[in-house]
Amino acid sequence: MAWRLRLVPEKTNIDFFKIQWLTFGSSIAAMVASVVIILVMGLNFGIDFRGGTTIRTESTTPVDVGAYREALSTLGLGDVSISEVFDPAFRPDQHVSMIRISAREGEEAVTPAVIAEVETALKTVDPAILFPAVESVGPKVSEELITSALLSVLAGAAGILFYVWVRFEWQFAVGTVAALVHDVLVTVGIFSLFQIKFDLTIVAALLTILGYSVNDTVVIFDRLRENLAKYKQMPLRDLMNLTTNETLSRTIMTASTTLISLIVLVFFGGDVIRGFVFAMILGVILGSYSTLYMAKNIVLMLGVDRGDKPKKSNKGEFADVDA
Amino acid sequence: MSSTALWKRGLILMICAWGILAAVPNLFYTRVEQHNDAAAAIAAAGGTATPDQAAALAEWPGVLPSALMNLGLDLRGGAHLLAEVRVEDVYKSRIDALWPEVRDALRGLRDQVGNVRRAPSPEGVLRVTIENPAGMAAALEAVRGLGSSVVTLTGVGQSTLDVTSQDSDIIVQLSEAEKRATDERTIQQSLEIIRRRVDQAGTREPTIQRQGQDRILIQVPGIGSAQELKDLIGTTAKLTFNAVVSRTTDAGAKPGPRNLLLPSVDEKGVYYIVEESPVVSGEDLVDAQPSFDQNNKPSVSFRFDTTGARKFGDYTAANIGAPFAIVLDNEVISAPVIQSHIPGGSGIITGSFTVEESTNLAILLRAGALPAEMNFLEERTIGPELGQDSIDAGKAAGLVGMVAVAVYMIASYGWFGMMANIALTINIALIMAVLSTIGATLTLPGIAGIVLTMGMAVDANVLIYERMREELRDGGNPRRAIEMGFERAFSAIMDSNVTGLLTAVIMFWLGSGPVRGFAVTLGLGILTSMFTAVYVTRFIVELWFDLRRPKAIVV
Repeated sequence: MAWRLRLVPEKTNIDFFKIQWLTFGSSIAAMVASVVIILVMGLNFGIDFRGGTTIRTESTTPVDVGAYREALSTLGLGDVSISEVFDPAFRPDQHVSMIRISAREGEEAVTPAVIAEVETALKTVDPAILFPAVESVGPKVSEELITSALLSVLAGAAGILFYVWVRFEWQFAVGTVAALVHDVLVTVGIFSLFQIKFDLTIVAALLTILGYSVNDTVVIFDRLRENLAKYKQMPLRDLMNLTTNETLSRTIMTASTTLISLIVLVFFGGDVIRGFVFAMILGVILGSYSTLYMAKNIVLMLGVDRGDKPKKSNKGEFADVDA
Repeated sequence: MSSTALWKRGLILMICAWGILAAVPNLFYTRVEQHNDAAAAIAAAGGTATPDQAAALAEWPGVLPSALMNLGLDLRGGAHLLAEVRVEDVYKSRIDALWPEVRDALRGLRDQVGNVRRAPSPEGVLRVTIENPAGMAAALEAVRGLGSSVVTLTGVGQSTLDVTSQDSDIIVQLSEAEKRATDERTIQQSLEIIRRRVDQAGTREPTIQRQGQDRILIQVPGIGSAQELKDLIGTTAKLTFNAVVSRTTDAGAKPGPRNLLLPSVDEKGVYYIVEESPVVSGEDLVDAQPSFDQNNKPSVSFRFDTTGARKFGDYTAANIGAPFAIVLDNEVISAPVIQSHIPGGSGIITGSFTVEESTNLAILLRAGALPAEMNFLEERTIGPELGQDSIDAGKAAGLVGMVAVAVYMIASYGWFGMMANIALTINIALIMAVLSTIGATLTLPGIAGIVLTMGMAVDANVLIYERMREELRDGGNPRRAIEMGFERAFSAIMDSNVTGLLTAVIMFWLGSGPVRGFAVTLGLGILTSMFTAVYVTRFIVELWFDLRRPKAIVV
């Protein structure tokens, strides 16, 4: 037999329900903790959701956050945050910072005059400074962006719920969506805990996590459905363990190829999409965990109607397609 | 083993070949872009090419596809504006313009309504007080007669005016149906003017779109900053020809009622007092071109429409020897003395212009004024260097990601992993081919979508191969294991991809900006990866199996 890289032994026999109260309990605890953290600490919204201006600066001389802050302090801008940006892909003499200025109360349109003032002030600190990107979002648009972001995550979850319900049984749909809520909630919780910038791209990441996590769960459910028809007498708990063990190799394999591309993006993709990639990495890890330990638990608790004729056999509507 | 029909194999091969061919131009981006630009310029010039253009055209063979992925603002650099058109501005000017008509109509009924005067009212509302409230019914009827019926899909038959009375006041405003129709026209007109101004500036592939009820999204790659873009679209070149009352050097001079004190552009410290209501205005202009006057100095020649020509002709005939002022944006460009009657409605504006200034002035005059002011809700500027950095980062991430996944697949599945990698390469080519063909815009999140697709695309292969392994373990012969692997895995692949596609569609539908760019590549990636992982891999595996006829296989 030729050598193969195997992360999972050929035949596994893990009892995924052995410590089900611990795993399920810690999932619930993580979700509750996430809600509490989000409520207490809030999210570090980017200008997409809060309104305001970000200015990206670039210079050949090192960033001096203190000097920048001092230069801007006389302008009366209110809430200003300045942070240096690091990226392995930067040139040795490439020093980048991000300056975020919150929108002021009652200002509908963005004021270019303020931006010009800021740029002039920074130029006195560092004459070589450049401004490769300046972005402003008015509060009116940011409010709408929050609504549409929330709506898109909800619509995504609803669509998945409906699809799984139609293709499988309702218990499967409930299990899938519970796993999704877990993945998204804990990801957002971690963003809140570490106060990582939360903007539109993070919402895209959350939606992709929805897609990934459901993909993972559905593959196991698909096999479970097949096994339900195959082993009519086996207790549901054992059947689930068998199914999960059969598909474990694939679960790990897919998670690792996806993680490989994501880790590559962290190092080579530039700092602009780093938050997005970080959210995705969290999501893939959480998604694999929730597939193994969360979704099935719920199906087991709800039970599956195992009449003589299963609602849908493994010869589903796609099995007859001549591939 | 030939479980895939011959015609199907042919089709698969053709799609793959098309994908690779259509993706290739993107590898030579600059060269193909220059070729396309030259081709467009030559076509615009009616088929004649300059040597430079001919050279650029020869850079890329004409028989090959030349469609490219559009690079988004974050990759190319440029400016993005989201503007809200203040449609209510138009209500105000419409209603203000109505007052003289209302006054004249009511004057005809003086014996019934008495004197009329305009009472103070909020913007967009005309409030007229009549002296004799007994004549209100007649007055209302007369004013209503000024309205016409709205022509829209929903509002046919409704009047354009909403006329009510309150005590001795008549209140006139635009009816709801007319307001909606006006809004529509205002937005369309704004879009058109913005498009013309941006086009005149000659930038590449600008996006000018209406968003929602009253918003316009403007994205212009290659422009220096959002401010520059605003200057370009926001400059209202308001040209009027006014009668000159007098000339003064006193900046504090009182112009008197219905007159304006305007500075001169050329002569420092000189001011003109002109009549407020213009003889002719830029709205009557039909054309303006940069030209040269008799002294060979840059100037702008213009032509009026019939109404403007008549007004201009009448005025010049009646005022020979008197000066009149050419006023642009409240500055007097020049104040020549009328030498003779100017019929025909064409003329020339001279002043101390440079060639560039006269060209810009002609453009601004031609494009006309925006019908309403705009609020800018969102503005983003991305410098071209940052865009190039992002492209480099995207390329690096794509290449390294591809190699990493490929190595991992070979380590895990050996020869079968290699076959999956071929399918993966075709998959990436297909994504690029489709993006180029439909003219979609590639953004940095879009590149992330492609890189992520690489990781997730092999999922289908993993499902198939894992299934093959199981079949082999259960003692199936190689041929059967391969067949069952593809067949049994199909339902799982289908279910998982449909849910992925579902989220991509929702992202595209509800999302904006970066989310959309990501949704497009992710959704496309799911579709093409289904094709390559299932059909292309199967094709390659079967081809290999038929050629080698192995007794045993190791997945």
